[in-house]
Amino acid sequence: MSTQTLETIATEQHAASDGTLKMSARDVNVFYGAKQAINKVSIDVTQENVTAFIGPSGCGKSTFLRTLNRMNDTVASARVEGVIKLDGEDIYASGMDVVQLRARVGMVFQKPNPFPKSIYENIAYGPRIHGLAANRAEMDQIVEKSLKRAGLWEEVKDRLTESGTALSGGQQQRLCIARAIAVDPEVILMDEPCSALDPIATAKIEELIHELRGRYAIVIVTHNMQQAARVSQRTAFFHLGTLVEYGDTSEIFTNPREVRTKDYITGRYG
Amino acid sequence: MTGAAEMTAALPEQRATTDWSGATMQRRIAKRYAAEKRFRLLGLSAILLSAAFLAFLLVSMLIKGVPGFTQTEVSLPIDFASSSLMIDTAALKKGGADADAALAGADIESATAAAADAAFGADGARLLSDGAWLKVRDAIKDNPDILKSKSNVWVPAAVEIDLAAKGQGTAEADQKLAKLKARDAIKTGLNIGFLTGSDATDPTLVGIWGALKGSLLTMAITLLLAFPIGVLSAVYLEEYAARNRWTDLIEVSINNLAAVPSIIFGLLGLAVFLNFMHLPRSAPIVGGLTLALMTMPVIVIAGRNAIKSVPPSIRDAALGVGASRVQVVFHHVLPLALPGILTGTIIGMARALGETAPLLMIGMRAFISSAPTGFTDPATVLPVQVFLWSDEVSKGFIEKTNAAIIVLLVFLLAMNGLAIYLRNKFETRW
Repeated sequence: MSTQTLETIATEQHAASDGTLKMSARDVNVFYGAKQAINKVSIDVTQENVTAFIGPSGCGKSTFLRTLNRMNDTVASARVEGVIKLDGEDIYASGMDVVQLRARVGMVFQKPNPFPKSIYENIAYGPRIHGLAANRAEMDQIVEKSLKRAGLWEEVKDRLTESGTALSGGQQQRLCIARAIAVDPEVILMDEPCSALDPIATAKIEELIHELRGRYAIVIVTHNMQQAARVSQRTAFFHLGTLVEYGDTSEIFTNPREVRTKDYITGRYG
Repeated sequence: MTGAAEMTAALPEQRATTDWSGATMQRRIAKRYAAEKRFRLLGLSAILLSAAFLAFLLVSMLIKGVPGFTQTEVSLPIDFASSSLMIDTAALKKGGADADAALAGADIESATAAAADAAFGADGARLLSDGAWLKVRDAIKDNPDILKSKSNVWVPAAVEIDLAAKGQGTAEADQKLAKLKARDAIKTGLNIGFLTGSDATDPTLVGIWGALKGSLLTMAITLLLAFPIGVLSAVYLEEYAARNRWTDLIEVSINNLAAVPSIIFGLLGLAVFLNFMHLPRSAPIVGGLTLALMTMPVIVIAGRNAIKSVPPSIRDAALGVGASRVQVVFHHVLPLALPGILTGTIIGMARALGETAPLLMIGMRAFISSAPTGFTDPATVLPVQVFLWSDEVSKGFIEKTNAAIIVLLVFLLAMNGLAIYLRNKFETRW
């Protein structure tokens, strides 16, 4: 697959549909103390398309992703300006409950981070704290459904009581995706979900992203341009804290409007 | 070619190929091996030296202390029928307060001394412990019928006889012991009284239970206060408090507090708990409060380190599925930090258990002849009891002091064992 050019990968993808608007950001600035990490970024995330954020290291793509479910709140020096809306609701408004927001906008992290508990408990934790299951049978159902959607059920159904940390790296990451799915989110944010995985595990995750597309709005940060071309329908290119270009993946990789985008995807820097 | 020549010339000297098998290199290698061997031997001797110190301490403690758990007793024949004792047998048989009143009215002490003189000659009473009559009293209380006849009662021997029986006597005492042995009127057995009694003026009558219970009550107060307050402080400082000048100040203060000499905490306890709050003097509650002040900073520091070492990715994972901060702390951070917190708590509690100085300041060095029944009763604790007994003149207290140290060490080991068990139980395998 690496022999294919980015252009062919990107054009072979399903064409981006217009999609229904799920999240929108307008003029977002993020500061860490006095340092500005994100400068006036405006972007729309649609329900039907996988949106990829690409860009060189330190360009702010992960920072911006973390503003979408307010994970930056845990950083004391971080400050966010601008408007980010989920289904038309401002998520930084004072009435927004951040705990509920993070249930609606789930997250998968760069390094697989299962809880040091059993596989079952890893999935059941989210639904339990939100009270999504009335009894044990319902919880069993949620666990099974989530693991099935994450393509992990067949591999772990006989050892649900084993520790989640005993799984291989790729399985751990799919467990984390299943954990995010279990609370029935609307949006799933993925922060370089394959950067710690081998090519086979990466391929499985990418396949999984394809299957989840449409059911959840997915935003994925990646530094692997081939991955962006393979899994996404819309691509945003970040550079030095600004959004340089945002468009259909096939457009970005075949016919970028900006010189910086072109230089980046042809490997001139990054 | 000219360029290359210039390059060579520019370098100060061409670097020679390293001769790995040359004599200089061999010498270097031999020197390095010698240094390594020297270091290993030094380390080994350090370990052996400390092991030897520990072994010496334990062995000498055991040799001196184990006899403290035994007591020599003398079989004293008393002819109750012909003695001067006037006891109301009917009241005795009723038991309870009536019996105690009847016994209090009788001069059992003189009767015992008289019986000893009659049995063992002029100085017979000096063969027995000052508290021998207490045993006689107990015997009467247990079985009032012996008052009608002549019977033998086992009573504790005097300190000299006790020591002689354990091979530490003077020549004079050895003679007396031989006489008693000839009459087959002497035995050395386990001293139940030492495990169940409290402090006394006579070494044959002392017990460790009072001090042990005092220690237990004091430690309970310390643990109940220091553990929750320490852990909550650690959680708040690590997970909630903003990083600013005030939290830095609090952090420095807590670190300094952990290094404050314990006697200062004793003075603080004296000023605050006794003089200002008017809590009872010598009571476990005051001792526990004072030691809690001392132990808390240790738990806070250990707790913060344990909480810090929980990987941030676990917090992210929990926040990512919508856990609130309290849920993150109680469902994930604390369970993972618990082994570390427990280790800190063991260290703090072990230090508190062995602490003497601050307790002297709040009056826990008083002579207490009965075990405390509650947190506000006057009490003493094991290390203070050791300190008090080591200060006594009578030779009989030497073995009692060592026996008390053994009890203290066993208590300490039991406490640490429990904590290590709990720590291993909660330890998460990654």
